[in-house]
Amino acid sequence: MAPALIILLVYLIYPVSETIRLSFFDNYGREFTGVSNYVWALNDSDFRQSILNNFLWLIVVPTTCTFLGLTIATLADRVWWGVFAKTLIFMPMAISFVGASVIWKFVYEYRGAGNDQIGILNAIIVYFGGDPHAWIAIPFWNNFFLMVIMIWIQTGLAMVIFSAALRAIPEETLEAARIDGASEVRIFFYIIIPFLSETIVVIWTTITILVLKVFDIVLAMTNGQWGTEVLANLMFDWMFRGGGDSGRGSTIALFIMLGVIPIMIWNLRRFKMEQER
Amino acid sequence: MKHLSFGKFLAHFFLLIIVFIWVIPTFGLLISSLRDKDQVALTGWWTALKHNEFNEIVRTEKSTVQFEENGVFVITGNLLKNSSSKSVINFGITSKNPKAFKAPSKVTMKNGSTFYLQKDGSYRWTSDKAFKHKKGKRVFLTVNTPPSLTLENYKEVLVFRGLGQSFINSLTVAVPSTIIPLIIGAFAAYALSWMNFYGRDLIFATIVCLLVVPLQMSLIPILTVYNQIGSFFGVSAKSYVGIWLAHTGFGLPLKIFLLRNFIKSLPHEMFEAARVDGASHYQIFMKIILPLSIPAFASIGILQFLWVWNDLLVALVFLDKMPSEIVLTSRLREMLGEFSQNWEILTTSAFVSMIVPLFVFLSLQRYFIRGLVAGSVKG
Repeated sequence: MAPALIILLVYLIYPVSETIRLSFFDNYGREFTGVSNYVWALNDSDFRQSILNNFLWLIVVPTTCTFLGLTIATLADRVWWGVFAKTLIFMPMAISFVGASVIWKFVYEYRGAGNDQIGILNAIIVYFGGDPHAWIAIPFWNNFFLMVIMIWIQTGLAMVIFSAALRAIPEETLEAARIDGASEVRIFFYIIIPFLSETIVVIWTTITILVLKVFDIVLAMTNGQWGTEVLANLMFDWMFRGGGDSGRGSTIALFIMLGVIPIMIWNLRRFKMEQER
Repeated sequence: MKHLSFGKFLAHFFLLIIVFIWVIPTFGLLISSLRDKDQVALTGWWTALKHNEFNEIVRTEKSTVQFEENGVFVITGNLLKNSSSKSVINFGITSKNPKAFKAPSKVTMKNGSTFYLQKDGSYRWTSDKAFKHKKGKRVFLTVNTPPSLTLENYKEVLVFRGLGQSFINSLTVAVPSTIIPLIIGAFAAYALSWMNFYGRDLIFATIVCLLVVPLQMSLIPILTVYNQIGSFFGVSAKSYVGIWLAHTGFGLPLKIFLLRNFIKSLPHEMFEAARVDGASHYQIFMKIILPLSIPAFASIGILQFLWVWNDLLVALVFLDKMPSEIVLTSRLREMLGEFSQNWEILTTSAFVSMIVPLFVFLSLQRYFIRGLVAGSVKG
């Protein structure tokens, strides 16, 4: 117990308070500067861009993953090769974000018009008579091309959890609904979805936490260029840029922390309910 | 009945499309890593099994190799360097018209000499006067190249690009970073589930909170502490010990949380019986808990191992970029900048970094999924 507490104290609890303190200090953490880091952040165009992009990620990625995961889990239950299909879709979970970035950078690879395209996306588009594009350099839309990578990785997680949850639905309930003449679609929306509501929340929050911290993909694909900056990458940048600015870095970290606080409170309440039971 | 089978058909159809989309990117990577590097750069990987046409510019032999035969001067050689699987389709002698002639054919050069090129690349160049050129003459070829799969790229990245060393570094980071938090976490989880002491619930509530604290919150303060320790003892602030402990710290809340839930779910009559028989907490832990927890350990261990292996951020912050410390993910990201156009190196390196996780995933899939499902409950 004691070593665990010491490590938690050194690596998590102390740093959290220290980060909060540093966010009120200058770049070397020596002089108290009040809220000037916060003022800087709110006026910095990169920072605003990051907040905006993080929001975009937070809306798109968990939604898509949950939707796709549920769809795939439902479909895979109905075909005889479902287990095999699930294994293949789940496989990206094992791949690192950097590895996945290389994979998708290759998919998005762009060669000038007229040359043979070696990226499959452009090759398909050229095949159907379109023009090739340098996908990851198109402002705004490139965010979505980066999100695809995260979705590609995380859908497997959603799918596996939904699969387990679907199996927990009592067969009698479904049977009864079928006898009453409910269509598969109605069963899906009126029985399965309500049954899965807690699972959906769990998956949603898990992926949300992950997305808040998204870093590797952005660093490897664009390093925040072309309007794809996110908080975690911006923070990393400030940590090391020109010897490092611990004040601004800490401020940005705090904004990431701000995003998880609602989830933290919700978790705590669940834990309390569990204790009282 | 007809309606039902149509629905079944749709299920098959959609699932097939999704699986296809999901697999294609990885598959392309694997194929590309096995292709010849010139081919990777010029044609899509989906053409890997087709014959492709490439344009090459080669030079003939220098005039020093000429010999005299029946009063004519002759130079012979092979423009394809005797690689038997390639063949020449077209060739030309000016850059303006690089596909002027179809092989095999005889061409008369400006200086009156005759150049005869065959499909296999061998040529015979004859002239009445002695050849005087110092550099070989340029010839433009269109070459039919058969598909060739090779392990050459793997040798290249592992031996010459330092990926072999990085692979070992990654293992050096990942193995202790998996074992240490498991052991510490197991003790803590036991204490939290079966020992009564003041503040237990508070500690557990804190751990529940720490589950979701972003890593980013810790980076700057920890790095500062490491730098101070480093300069105080005159050692480097970035070391393996440092990153082991960092991974332990960041992974510990989840380990404790999961193990505590698991241990708590074991039947408590067992512990009471053991207590009555006079077993100490330590004995209970070693003799009862550990053997029962092996499957849970496996799941959580795999989860942590893959997380550490695939991590980039912690490695970037707490390890140096020297060859003896740089891990696979970090090296891979460096390569993305360094060799941004050398796809044969990038695809191969990415695949090298994926081998261990994929192996773990495929062989221990059941434990892995169990760990993930349990882990996601952290919410």
